[in-house]
Amino acid sequence: MATRQTASLARLMRAPAIVLLLIWMLVPLGMTLYYSFLNYNLLNPTNTSWAGWFNYQYFYTDPAFWESIWNTLVLTLGVLFITVAGGILIAMLIDKPIFGQGIVRILVISPFFVMPPVAALIWKNMIMHPSYGVFADIAKFFGAAPIDWFAQFPLFSIIVIVAWQWLPFATLILLTSLQSLDGEQMEAAEMDGAPALSRFIYLTLPHMARAITVVILIQTIFLLGVYAEILVTTNGGPGFASTNLTYLIYRAARLNFDIGGAAAGGIIAVVLANIVAIFLMRAVGKNLD
Amino acid sequence: MARAVSRNQKIGWTIAAWIVALVIFFPILYAIITSLKTEQEAIAGFNLIPSFTFESYQAVQSQNDYFKPFMNSVILSVGSTILALIVAIPAAWAMAFSPTKRTKDILMWMLSTKMMPAVAVLVPIYLIFLRTGLMDTRIGLTILLMLINLPIVVWMLYTYFREIPGEILEAARMDGATLRDEIVHILTPMAVPGIASTLLLNVILAWNEAFWTIQLTTTNAAPLSAFIASFSSPQGLFWAKLSAASTMAIAPILILGWFSQKQLVRGLTFGAVK
Repeated sequence: MATRQTASLARLMRAPAIVLLLIWMLVPLGMTLYYSFLNYNLLNPTNTSWAGWFNYQYFYTDPAFWESIWNTLVLTLGVLFITVAGGILIAMLIDKPIFGQGIVRILVISPFFVMPPVAALIWKNMIMHPSYGVFADIAKFFGAAPIDWFAQFPLFSIIVIVAWQWLPFATLILLTSLQSLDGEQMEAAEMDGAPALSRFIYLTLPHMARAITVVILIQTIFLLGVYAEILVTTNGGPGFASTNLTYLIYRAARLNFDIGGAAAGGIIAVVLANIVAIFLMRAVGKNLD
Repeated sequence: MARAVSRNQKIGWTIAAWIVALVIFFPILYAIITSLKTEQEAIAGFNLIPSFTFESYQAVQSQNDYFKPFMNSVILSVGSTILALIVAIPAAWAMAFSPTKRTKDILMWMLSTKMMPAVAVLVPIYLIFLRTGLMDTRIGLTILLMLINLPIVVWMLYTYFREIPGEILEAARMDGATLRDEIVHILTPMAVPGIASTLLLNVILAWNEAFWTIQLTTTNAAPLSAFIASFSSPQGLFWAKLSAASTMAIAPILILGWFSQKQLVRGLTFGAVK
């Protein structure tokens, strides 16, 4: 069907998108790579020189780097655990025959549409604030001392906020997957007397495996880049207690004006993200044909 | 699944589901309620019944010129989405209907650009914006947001276009339809729903983008995400005003989002879960 004419037309139609993305990918990344080998500080831009691997060494030996890597891991895994486990439970609950299913669904997915700075500020000021927050009100009601969440448990507080934002996403995707589960098979298992737990382990969970994989991989991509939630709540502190890799690089670039160091950190972030990306691409690629 | 469920069981599940849903929705609800309180009420302890005053909404507009970031958000999200559609529709159309051996590779490569962490290119983009005068301009951010979302737009359109049966196009060509006929009578009616869903989801994503908007704007081009983030400082907004600003920032997108639940799954999983 594809004549030579339509084939060249197709090439012409594809070209702008491909060229744009090629430029978008290669130019900034190439520049980051180049800067990562320079001693280049915006406060002293005339004194720029070749640095070799110094920026990488500097980044690598900085204790804040390891702390931020650790925080990135804890944040990502913590949010993944809450959202996947919570998402499975909530998806199964919504999938039950209930009154007002449509409204329940809408309420549950809503947090996903709240922009990160708003989500973080609502939680910071109205829910977790040590004097005016709802948690403090609850603590006072029971006669307990309110907790200063962001001072005492900064990383945990951010995990709670980010998990709240991503729980709807996990729930929605797992629910979509759940709804395509073969009802007859489930019924047969039930009639054969399989208990609810084994039905869940041997039927529901394998059926959702693919959706769970997709949720984990896509969320990981976004969770590695958590930024605004940290900016408006703890600013990465106290110390570096809630600084993730993204935030550390942001600090190097925008607060310390260290272009070389931030670029080296950026390259490290690319390497980490790529490890995740390879798995995601495989999972998605299988679905193409 | 024609399984008899006892009425009691259904009521039990309903109560459980509603409790979970209300707990999850609570922070949003509480922000809306607080936006209708006076500042004194807002910090006077837990209270679900506001005095229904709109003074905070008025104050946000008069003190902080709320309308400006709001319009910036509209311009940036709609503008970047339309730009992305202009580039992506032909590309997705070509890949769906004239696939070559490399089409799959191209799609996977496009997806891979989405995996690049934003912070990895913070330094070059920041410097480029500084040196070319794009810093704090709407045009600079619109182009950037377009590039960020382009892979998702191409992918979503591709998965929609692929569902249009190719035989229809072939039949039309056999009947001597010109390219123009193809576009007007086949492409448009069959592709519009997919294009509309893609548009909706991408407006949402662009509206909520909060890394680049914070990095690359100060006052002039700052959309709501950057505007609200600036209230994190101690001298920022008081509770009720912050709630009013937040409610107005999320309300339009919340409503759009409710309409796009299905597309959300499809768009964000790159068609891997439908």
